Amino acid sequence: MTDKFISIEAIAKRYPGASGGEIAVFEDLWLSMARGEFGCVIGHSGCGKTTVLNILAGLDEPSEGTVIVDGQAIEGTSLDRAVIFQSHALLPWRSVLGNVAYAVTSKWRGWDRARVKAHAQTFIDLVGLTGSEHKRPSELSGGMKQRVGIARALSITPKIMLMDEPFSALDALTRGTLQDEVRRICLETGQTAFMITHDVDEAIYLADRIFLMTNGPGAVLAEIVENPLPKDRGRTDLHRHPYYYAVRNHIVDFLVSRSKTFAADMPGHDPRNVRVVKIGVSEPTIVAAPRAVETHPAQTIAR
Amino acid sequence: MTSSLRLRAAIVSIALFLAFIGIWHIATRGTGAVATMTPEYARLMGLTATHGKSAMPGPLDVGAKLWEHVKRPFYDNGPNDKGLGIQLGYSIARVGLGYFLAVIVAIPLGFLIGMSPLINKALDPFIQILKPISPLAWMPLALYTIKDSGLSAIFVIFICSVWPMLLNTAFGVAAVRKEWINVARTLEVGTVRRAFTVILPAAAPTILTGMRISIGIAWLVIVAAEMLVGGTGIGYFVWNEWNNLSITNVIIAILLIGVVGMLLDQILARFTRMVTFPE
Repeated sequence: MTDKFISIEAIAKRYPGASGGEIAVFEDLWLSMARGEFGCVIGHSGCGKTTVLNILAGLDEPSEGTVIVDGQAIEGTSLDRAVIFQSHALLPWRSVLGNVAYAVTSKWRGWDRARVKAHAQTFIDLVGLTGSEHKRPSELSGGMKQRVGIARALSITPKIMLMDEPFSALDALTRGTLQDEVRRICLETGQTAFMITHDVDEAIYLADRIFLMTNGPGAVLAEIVENPLPKDRGRTDLHRHPYYYAVRNHIVDFLVSRSKTFAADMPGHDPRNVRVVKIGVSEPTIVAAPRAVETHPAQTIAR
Repeated sequence: MTSSLRLRAAIVSIALFLAFIGIWHIATRGTGAVATMTPEYARLMGLTATHGKSAMPGPLDVGAKLWEHVKRPFYDNGPNDKGLGIQLGYSIARVGLGYFLAVIVAIPLGFLIGMSPLINKALDPFIQILKPISPLAWMPLALYTIKDSGLSAIFVIFICSVWPMLLNTAFGVAAVRKEWINVARTLEVGTVRRAFTVILPAAAPTILTGMRISIGIAWLVIVAAEMLVGGTGIGYFVWNEWNNLSITNVIIAILLIGVVGMLLDQILARFTRMVTFPE
């Protein structure tokens, strides 16, 4: 990993504890990502993943350490780093077009109305909301709201997209379509993206690399899992890939047991040199080859 | 279903109104005891004593008098005899001016308090002490410093309407959802633009609610203030007609105070609806 487009260097976040002293959510965290890469962070609640994202966004400041993006240390928020919020965070008094246009005018102050509108429209079309431009957020379904959030983030053509569990509030079907959209857009535009998720399958489908964090307080980045699945993977046949279960089991095992015991098991853990797991190369694969799933007659009837 | 509910409610309202008018009419028909007296003395005593008629006017008397006022709302026969339209006009102008000044002061100050925890904490003790003071208690101080009764009344309106607006604005601004602020922050929106494009629209419903409470209080206080200040206005009219022992006019004034108060409230309610957004 020579090209460090994003480089998180030795950041720590501490909060004053209830009985004096300080509680560290995480200490000495190092993480880097290449341009055009899609990174997903997985960890339990309270491990500080949202804090990492907020620090990347500039909404929060680390107690120690720096974040370097594109060769420059970040200071506060920036139009180069767009955030897609978990709660979509649309301004309810503005229409769909108004919400996207608000972002566009924030980036290009000098643009006239027609230009802003045309630019915003492009991104509304991109997320498939053509025809709903003049609706208010309250008239939209949860999935459509999050589409507006994505359009708003993309409309400012950011260097990095930061997503804080963007689909966790959506139903499974909508989540699937939006994952497809995000993946398509990121592949087409070569967008660098950093996402937080709880959903293992979401991470396997979207991410090039998956960052596993141990439980907080005192959370560490334990492992980086390189996604062994090919770039042209599809959401529907993901589970047929020979390495799918291997990578999924590895992550689930980590979340279920090793995320708690990691600190005790690995006393010599070097936060600057986190182990990179390459499924199929450094890890034995559990499922060797895809095979037809046999459906029991009883199950067929039950369905 | 709603329309039929509305219809039924209207029928009940009309029935209640008619019942009220009927009871009022019967109660004031006048069959009291009549004292026997010499004609000269009777002429001095008036109808109350000679015919047993109640001094409380009936609904028909009030209706007739009201019609007279409605026909000629803006006549001016000198300081003690002006049309009700003029009197109400004076009161509304005073309320309007005092209220407008309160808006100018309360909303920017409320913004400041809402946005800055320091200012909030620093001003809190003053607001806590000043808020519960009856606006009329300020009257002597206002009269002494301003030396003008009309302006003093306006000051009293100002001081009574400033608090609900100030507190609601501060609360509304402080309670703007963090995520909306974060949206503005990630878009690098400056403080001023953020205040106008995010905080103001987000806090507008709360601010307008404060303004609606304020206009109600201002209209309550103006009557009392004008009774003290005298000269013009609906409050002065009420007190003047009491001195004239014209209960009819007092009742008419009470009715009109209610109607104007309702109209003011409805105007603000309409503004509130305009800025309210569904989530």
